[in-house]
Order: sequence, then C-alpha cells, then structure tokens
Amino acid sequence: MKRIHRTARRGATVGLAIASIAVLAACGTSGGGGTATDEAMTELGDTEGTVSLLAWPGYVEDGSNDPEVDWVTPFEEATGCEVTSKVYGTSDEAFNLMKSGDYDVVAASGDASLRLVAAGDVAPVNTDLLENYDGIYDFLKMQPWNSVDGVSYGIPHGYGANLLQYRTDLVTPAPTSWDVVFDASDAYAGKVTAYDSPIYIADAAVYLMAHEPDLGIENPYALDQEQFDAAVELLKAQRANIGEYWSDYLKQAQAFTTGDSVVGTSWQVIQNSLEAEGVPTAVVLPDEGTTGWSDTWMIASEAKSPNCAYAWLDYIASPEANAAATGYFGEAPSSDAACEFRTDCEAYHAGDEEYASQIWYWSTPIAECLDGRTDVECVDYAGWTEAWAEIKG
Amino acid sequence: MTIAAPRPTLARRLSSTLSTHPRVRLALLITAPVAWMAIVYIVALVLLLVTAFWSVDSFTGQITTEFTWDNIVEVVTGALYQTVTLRTVGVALLVTIVDVVIAVPVAFFMAKVASARWERILIVLVLLPLWASYLVKAYAWRSVLSQEGILQWLLTPFGLETPGYGLTAVVITLAYLWLPYVILPIHAGFSRVPDSMLEASGDLGAKSWATLRLVVLPLVWPSIIAGTIFSFSLSLGDYITVNIVGGANQMLGNLVYTNVGAANNLPLASAIALIPIVIIFGYLALVRRTGALNNL
Repeated sequence: MKRIHRTARRGATVGLAIASIAVLAACGTSGGGGTATDEAMTELGDTEGTVSLLAWPGYVEDGSNDPEVDWVTPFEEATGCEVTSKVYGTSDEAFNLMKSGDYDVVAASGDASLRLVAAGDVAPVNTDLLENYDGIYDFLKMQPWNSVDGVSYGIPHGYGANLLQYRTDLVTPAPTSWDVVFDASDAYAGKVTAYDSPIYIADAAVYLMAHEPDLGIENPYALDQEQFDAAVELLKAQRANIGEYWSDYLKQAQAFTTGDSVVGTSWQVIQNSLEAEGVPTAVVLPDEGTTGWSDTWMIASEAKSPNCAYAWLDYIASPEANAAATGYFGEAPSSDAACEFRTDCEAYHAGDEEYASQIWYWSTPIAECLDGRTDVECVDYAGWTEAWAEIKG
Repeated sequence: MTIAAPRPTLARRLSSTLSTHPRVRLALLITAPVAWMAIVYIVALVLLLVTAFWSVDSFTGQITTEFTWDNIVEVVTGALYQTVTLRTVGVALLVTIVDVVIAVPVAFFMAKVASARWERILIVLVLLPLWASYLVKAYAWRSVLSQEGILQWLLTPFGLETPGYGLTAVVITLAYLWLPYVILPIHAGFSRVPDSMLEASGDLGAKSWATLRLVVLPLVWPSIIAGTIFSFSLSLGDYITVNIVGGANQMLGNLVYTNVGAANNLPLASAIALIPIVIIFGYLALVRRTGALNNL
C-alpha cells in the first residue's frame, strides 16, 4: 500500500514537472501565436483536492439549484476533488473567461474550442488515461472541433441540433424548410427570431448550400469572401422581419409563449419546457440540414489541478453522470451506455449517425479554410463578428 | 489661584498642530476623496482612452500595445457606428423629451399646488420605483408590452395594439426608469420659486400662462436642464433595456458589450465607448451657460 502511495506521489511529481514544462512552453510560444506544442499528461498522480470548472448552465449541478439534480457530490465523494464551478452564457464569454487562468476545466462548444487551442489556453488530453473514452460514439471522436492535427484536446460531452421551432397555431402549413425564416419570412414579419451570435451566419450558409448550389459552399464554417457576402446579404434581408434575436433561452421560451416570436431557430430543451407548459409549439429538423453543437470537456494548459481535471473528464463521460448531465440540459449523450440511464434518448436521436450527419457542428471559422481549400482564404471569426454587428445594424 | 494647564495628551497636541497648520489640515481632509476620484474615475477613463489606441491580434486574442489610429478611424467613419450613434442619440433625446413633458407638471403640482403633507407623500411615491431593481422593472415592461400583455388588453377595445418590442418600447421603458431623476431636480427648482413672485406677477396683471412663461420658467429652466442631463446621459449608456425590450435593435452600449464579450476586442470597445463620452461632454459644455450644473 505504502509503495503504491509512493509511486503515485512520484507520478504526481512527474505530472507536476510535465505541467510546469507545458506552462513554460505555453509562455514561450504565446508571443509567436501560441500554437499547440504542449504535451499531454502521460500518467496520473494524486488528486489535488480541488478542481475549478467552467461550463454551460446545467452542465455542473451540485444540487444547489434543485436538490434532486446533483451529479457533482458523488464525484466529490469518490475522488476527494472539491468542485467549484462557474457558468457562462455564450461561447465568446467562455473564451474570455479562460484567459483569466482561473479554471482547470472548460466545457467548450466547437465555436470556442479551436480558438482556445489556438490561443494556447487548453492542453492536449491523453485519452488513454480516461477509462470511459472507449464507450463514446465514434462519430464524436477526433473531430475538427475537438482535435488538431490528430491530437485530441478533450472528451466529447453531448450534442444537439439547432432546430426550427414554430407555433403550431400561428404557422401553417407546418414548415419543413428554413425558408420560413429566410426567403419566405415576409409572412411572419416582426415575429421571426434568430440566435444572437456571429455563429448564426453558418445557419444562413447551410440554407445557401441547398438553395444556391452555384456558390459552392462545402462547409458552412469555411466561407470565402464571396460565399460569406451571400450569407450576410441573406441575413440582412432577414433582419427586416426579425422580431428579436435571442441568446438567453428563458427569454426565447417567454417570447414563444406570448407569441412575440412565432418561428425561428431554437433548441430541443426549449421545446421540451414549452411543451410541458402546454404552449402549442413544435420543432423540426428542416430538409436543408442544420447547425448544432457538440461540446467538449477540455483541460486548461495552466491547470492548477490537472489530476482532478482528468478525474472530472473521466467521471462526466461515465454513463450515469453523462446521462444525468446531458439529460438535464436537453441534448444527446455521448455514449450508448448513457442511454440506459435515460428514457428520452429517442427524442434526441442519440447515436443516430444518419441524424447526426445532417448537423453541421459549430466550429470556429479560421482564415485557413476548414474544408481543405488552399486556393482561397476564408473569412475568420473576427470577420464574422464584425459582419454580425453590421447585420444587426 | 492658578489653573493647572491641561496635560498635553497626544490628541491635544495633534489638534493644536492642525489648528496652526491649515495646509496639513486641508491635505488630510481631501486626500481620501481626491485619491478615490483619481483612482476610480480618472485612471479608469485614462486607461479606456489609452486602450482605444491599441489593437487585438485576431488569432490569439491578445492585446497588442502598439499605437494605432485604426479603431478611432473605424468608429468615426464606419457606417454601422454612425447609424447606431444616431439611433442612440435619437432614443436619448426622445426619452428626455418624454420625461420633461411628464416631470414639469408633476413637479409643479408637488411644489406649488399640493399641501405639505401631500408633497411628502408624492415625493415618496416618485422615489418608490427606485427601490425595485432595474432588471425587475425592465422585465416587467417586457411582459407589459408583449403580445399577450396588459397593454394589448387595454388597447384592443380602442382598436389599437401594443407597439411590441422595438425602439418605441425602449423609449417607454427608459422614460419610466429615469423619470424620478428628472422629477426631483425640477421639483427642487419649483420649490425655490418664492410664492411672492407669483403673487406679484398676478398683481401686475399677468395671466397664469404669462406668469408661467415669463416668471416661473426662466427661474426653473436650469433645474429642467439639470434633469435632462440625467435622463440623456443615462439613456445614452444603456444597453440592458434595449436587450430586454428592444427587439432586434442595438444601441452604443450593446456594441461596447459585444466587443468586450463576444468579439473580445477591448480596443474597439474603448473607441466606441468614447462616443457617448464626447457627446456628453458636448452636451455639458452646451448647458454650462444656463447654470444648470449648479443645480445638480
């Protein structure tokens, strides 16, 4: 026993040494663009006693919001890592908060993850150290939003689609295409809603992929200037019919309840809560396909508690915890095993590769086109942000 | 018989030193407030100003501390910023006008018509909304103005409908939020007008309207301007109300907010934040001559 203990401690020392080298490396490269040169941990050591998490609302519940909803306490009891957590509202906010260096672990969507890697704020993750990695759906692993050059930067958490939501009593016939919020949105002028983030430009690009094939869009996150301008043009036309842009899901639910919004992009979880309240709304995955999110738990490159961070990543990927967390948020879990702890996997099409393939998961647009084109330069996220402010006008 | 000299305790010595050294006294007295002003106000403003001349590396998101005019040029020449600035100033002016139109009669009634007891009650009623949180009030207006809100219910019998979420809703909500700040200085202004002047004006044959226009208005004018400074400057910087009831519209505050949060472009946000500062300084310079600044 003592021997094991000593080995573990040596492991911790090695881990610490590696971590400090990683920190130095991060410092050394941050001036030159902060590329991914950090090394992943090779073995685990003693847990540090605390771990600090940054996540979307509903991802880290310790019973303080609802005594019934608690998957943090079992983790704390099992590992001795005391959890402190902070929630963020948008991917951009998460990106900025990670710069503070106060967090060991972040649950990032694809529109933040690549930026975090590029800025050197997160470290590669050695998935061999995570027992629950094997059970995760293959179509979620080593994707462009959670890996760079074949190096994994985290463990998949859950995924979902941005769906077209509408008031069944006010929007007839039931839409099957995004055109009700774009080319045909005049019919609902002033009652159309859209997601308030630059990443929403990709939704217009998905629509254009189907309706303007001449533009040659292959990936809604890899738009050259001409394709980008077409998407922006579409959104500027849509702006005239927008009632309000939403980013707060409670505000969105309220707008649909009162009828201030009747059609627009939304989430399954919003539909679930509206359905429970008896509001006549429905969601559909339109023919054109859609955008969505696939979130990744990542570890800060300067994590103060890397061992507790690994413990959390492994724990949150375990079927029971993953089922609890993704079920509470309203998205598909990351493994089949998790579905055994949930009754609603069907509604979220968990593991349905066909369904998942219609979703373009949020990725950070960068100048080097994500679809592999090398003859043109794509518009990067800064360009997207600028255009988004202009679209809103 | 001699009176024993008081024992020179430390406190007593200190007090006599202070009484013979007025400069030391002054220094001790104002160090704290001046330091507070300098640190909290001047330093923050200077940092803001300096940041506006830096830029952000778009790939890593780090701030580059090299001097550049780019942000200022973009904010001054960009069509987006001109539109949003015009919209924001327009909203601020409308809110100010609405508030003054409501506040002047209310303040006049409180100061000159109501009994002393009623005046106190009315002051409490005017202050009452300030005890509730800003957010609660803004969200209350969100539900009032919604399609199924109370406003719609009230207006339907007259064939009208709620303006819904948009700039009209923003003006209504902001006018409501800042009304107490406009009523109070105007009320103070009316209170300072001696009744004897009104009586003298009447004795000399002036009708009520002439008295108001020629006697009262010139006297309370500085107080009205003081009130407008509050509503105008508070509206100019607001971004929460427009987020809650503004529909798809954005104001200058929203641009600052998205550039700090979403776009991670602090330098551009600083440059945008300079717009309302410049406007307010212009407004203050304009109203300085009226003596309104002595009425704040």
